[in-house]
Amino acid sequence: MSDRSWRRLVIVQVLIASMLIALLGRLYYMQIASGPRYQAAAMDNQSRDIITPAARGMILDDKGVPLAMNRTGLVISLDHEALQKAKDGGKELLNRLAKILGTSYEALVARTTLCGAKSAVTIGCWNGSPYQPIPLTNSANSDMALQIIEHAEKFPGVTAEPEGFRFYPAVGGANAAHVLGYIGPVSTADMKSKSSRNVGLHQYDLIGKAGLEYQYDTDLRGESGIRQVVVDRTGAITRIVRSTPATPGNHLVTSIDARVQTVVEQQLAAAIARARAGPPGDRRGSHSADGGAAIVMDVTNGRIIAMASYPTYDPNIWENGLSYKQAKTLFSEASSVPALSRAIQGQFAPASTFKVVSLAAAAAAGYDLNATYDCPVNLKIGNRVFTNFEGERFGRISMRTAIAVSCDTVWYQIAYDMWVRDGGLRPKKNPADYFFKAAKAYRIGERTGIDLPSEVTGRLADRQWKTKWYANNSHFFCNYQKEAIPSQRTPMLIAIAKENCVDGMKVRAGDAVNFAIGQGDTTITPLQLAQIYAAVANGGTLWRPTIGRAILKPDGTLVREIKPQKLGRIPMNQKTLAFVRDALRAVVTQGTAVYPFSGFPISVSAKTGTGEVFGKNLNGSPKDTTSWLATYAPSEKPRYAVVMMVSQGGTGSLTGGPSVRKIYESLFGVTGSTVNPALSLFPKGPPSALPGLTLAGRILPLHGKP
Amino acid sequence: MANSYQSPVGVTNRFNGALRRGGFIRGMDWVLVSAVLLLLVIGAILVSAGTRNWYAAAGLDPNYYLKRHLINIVVGLVLGIATMLFDYRLLRAYTPILWGIAFLGLVAVLIPGIGSTIHGAKAWITLPGGYSVEPGEFAKVAVIAGMAMLLAERREGEKDPKARDVAQSLIIAALPMILIMLQPDLGTVMILSASVLVVIAISGASWKWVAGLILLACIGSVGAVKLHVLHDYQIKRLQSFVDPKADPQQSGYQLRQARITIGSGGMLGKGLYKGPQTNGRFVPEQQTDFIFTVAGEELGFVGSASVIGLFGVILWRAGRIARRSTDLFGRLVAGGIMAWFAFQIFENVGMAMGLMPMTGVPLPLLSYGGTSLFAVLIGVGLLENVHIGRA
Repeated sequence: MSDRSWRRLVIVQVLIASMLIALLGRLYYMQIASGPRYQAAAMDNQSRDIITPAARGMILDDKGVPLAMNRTGLVISLDHEALQKAKDGGKELLNRLAKILGTSYEALVARTTLCGAKSAVTIGCWNGSPYQPIPLTNSANSDMALQIIEHAEKFPGVTAEPEGFRFYPAVGGANAAHVLGYIGPVSTADMKSKSSRNVGLHQYDLIGKAGLEYQYDTDLRGESGIRQVVVDRTGAITRIVRSTPATPGNHLVTSIDARVQTVVEQQLAAAIARARAGPPGDRRGSHSADGGAAIVMDVTNGRIIAMASYPTYDPNIWENGLSYKQAKTLFSEASSVPALSRAIQGQFAPASTFKVVSLAAAAAAGYDLNATYDCPVNLKIGNRVFTNFEGERFGRISMRTAIAVSCDTVWYQIAYDMWVRDGGLRPKKNPADYFFKAAKAYRIGERTGIDLPSEVTGRLADRQWKTKWYANNSHFFCNYQKEAIPSQRTPMLIAIAKENCVDGMKVRAGDAVNFAIGQGDTTITPLQLAQIYAAVANGGTLWRPTIGRAILKPDGTLVREIKPQKLGRIPMNQKTLAFVRDALRAVVTQGTAVYPFSGFPISVSAKTGTGEVFGKNLNGSPKDTTSWLATYAPSEKPRYAVVMMVSQGGTGSLTGGPSVRKIYESLFGVTGSTVNPALSLFPKGPPSALPGLTLAGRILPLHGKP
Repeated sequence: MANSYQSPVGVTNRFNGALRRGGFIRGMDWVLVSAVLLLLVIGAILVSAGTRNWYAAAGLDPNYYLKRHLINIVVGLVLGIATMLFDYRLLRAYTPILWGIAFLGLVAVLIPGIGSTIHGAKAWITLPGGYSVEPGEFAKVAVIAGMAMLLAERREGEKDPKARDVAQSLIIAALPMILIMLQPDLGTVMILSASVLVVIAISGASWKWVAGLILLACIGSVGAVKLHVLHDYQIKRLQSFVDPKADPQQSGYQLRQARITIGSGGMLGKGLYKGPQTNGRFVPEQQTDFIFTVAGEELGFVGSASVIGLFGVILWRAGRIARRSTDLFGRLVAGGIMAWFAFQIFENVGMAMGLMPMTGVPLPLLSYGGTSLFAVLIGVGLLENVHIGRA
């Protein structure tokens, strides 16, 4: 044998030795250097978290009537993976399911398409995790379930199990959709969010998405139970690592009273219907009345007893995931956007209801409220003529009467004088700005701070706002004839644009006088108005409106009370306040609100408002006026503030008046012109005690044992 | 070993002088035997650890695989000992017969009705009683012995094999390799290629042959991919090696699970029968091609490095036997077997750890599966035979 053979043998042996060293090196790298990473991967591989959803706490009214509760239904769910695995994309499976569930194939496609898929935009989609079984219905009957269970092989990925779901019972008809909100599956964005409210969320949890369900979600949702199990390759459980039971959520007691809520909703709808039919006595006839809001507030603490928004919707439609059509209706302008909570999200010019602010400004500026003022039919300011709303002429009248009959020209004169004193178009360095300062003190342009999400601020159109607004819009106004849509290139609009281009940053005389009567660019929400009139009624305290009263454990013990909170005082001394309250009473006894409250045995104070709205509807018609009615009662010792607003609804008195009267009738137990406390919904005022719960979490009625 | 020249029948002769000085028991490489026996014991334990719990969970006999594996070991040991006891010179005489049988077996598996397909390859002949034979395993022995026979047979005065000898021996190797390619069993072809290369190299043939063969192997593997000679699943496996996400559900999944199983073992392992990955059956084919993952998870770095160490001992002893062999036939047989074992070990363990592409080759001495075990133990028997036979 040659040396060559021997040499090559040694070379081969060296190669083999290096191969073995490579194996050992790799082994060391995997087991020691990267060991922890692989161990984590193994744990991930083998362990599964099985989530047991926690029973969500109920939302109760002031007497313990459930506004939101849980129900058990036979839920048929479909694992999205089953669709992906099917050769035909699940077409056959969905067709078979549609037949059994008595729905259409298209409806099931819409329900099971993942949001984010291309087609989801037009047909609707499932907003939850793709790994979570998608509920197709929560009201299956046992027949449907049996057909599916008995032929499991024909229905891969389909389960039929009794499951809890959220239910809004609308006891007595109290819908309260905008107050309650709704719940929905945790989204990927929620899971990624670092917000403290999302701590401890699991992929398949349901969380509050709007309204009280969102606001008090961390109280209501409880904590899901987790069973961490070890599974094998087939997913079969081989061992349970740990198991924590679900902690049920706490209950939320609110100050909403289901019965008052029902009355308010019915009366708001009645006011809308009245406006559409043409309110009796309204010379302008019928109104389109595309929406409205009504609020009942306890003036002594700012608690909300009822809050309604029109149009509304059935909150139960969220439970199964919205269909595309439902979602479209909820958010479409053609159907007046039912999802919009007008009480806290509708912003309108407050019109004459704003005069309680103007009175504070005038008093602060030194005007004698007990003097008489001239109320001509119109007033020429600069080159524009400002008239009273319906062309009334009252001559020389007291300020009290000016408020009662809602004379605007009085305010034009006062506001113009103040504007001139502040320097007019060339304002002084430190203008007195009595109107702006008063409005700011009334918290115009600030959220009320109610315990609901998505509240809007409204707008205080003061000097700073003007400056900002001009910076954003000057280009448009200065190039109006090029940039405006052709239909808006009318001579009048062009003239306004020209004016805006020149001195749009300035508070002009017209702006100043409009501000004084609550017109122009200043807007307010119905809830802000309720907050203001409650403050006038209670002696000056601006309360943070609250709906939540207390959080109770599932066994009924108190977790915490939600205390009302004072936000400030309205800027009036007791003398001015007394004048204002007297004037607001005069509105009902001899002014614009005589009609709805004639013969009413309880003294009511009120202010009407008819807000002009710039712009056009979808059909091209000009926007109708906003009907406002802000009231409180009893005038001597006020307890409730009731505010009703109907957008494009005509006047406050004729449209909202009769409805507000009905609300007071049920609050005080009034029939015709007699008071019968037995009929009152609150014989002794809103309940001050909390409703009790039994140990089993059943509610004990506040009054009387079951 | 003067006595072996006196008797025409090696077997009886060797028994007679077994314990004598220079007899076969003393002449055996006991280090090699010890390493082999130790690995067989470890293999039996790993096969049991990889199958007992899930078989018990499925309500089947928990020792089903262990029992069959032990039978295989006994049969394999008998075959190995018999191989060891063959007269060294008779071995050369029997080589053509062995080769012929292996060749016929490889033809048979391709005939429908005789061969059965497992995991996409027609590599098996099913026998009655639930047993099956894989002729490709025996072909490794036959090719190495056949090549060694041809290359070692040379005329007086010739030092290194001539081109004709090399060409003949390559034909001896190529015929079975083509048949195996047709099954197709890529892993076995790769192992055979490595063995052929090593046998040619240490035969002393011109370096041009060696270089040429390496070049051919490169061209062959590139060509196989380019010309779509490979099946889809083979390409997928290769892709999964390069990019585990290419086929995550199938081979990518297996490779990922195999790596997780080994990596999660840590220093000392989870303990025998206690590996959650193993007990959860996350690695398919764990008792056969992926047996090393059981060692990795349950015995940890200490245990699985020891296994590699024992393989190292076997390869070292095989190399030592080759180096010490007094004739070329013995050296080529021992060297070929060493290359076969080495490459098969590297391929199998490397695949489990993501170093090598996925091909279904069993791990010598450890994997469950009779034919492989028999072939490997016959290979060990040949090594011992060469060791004893060295003058």
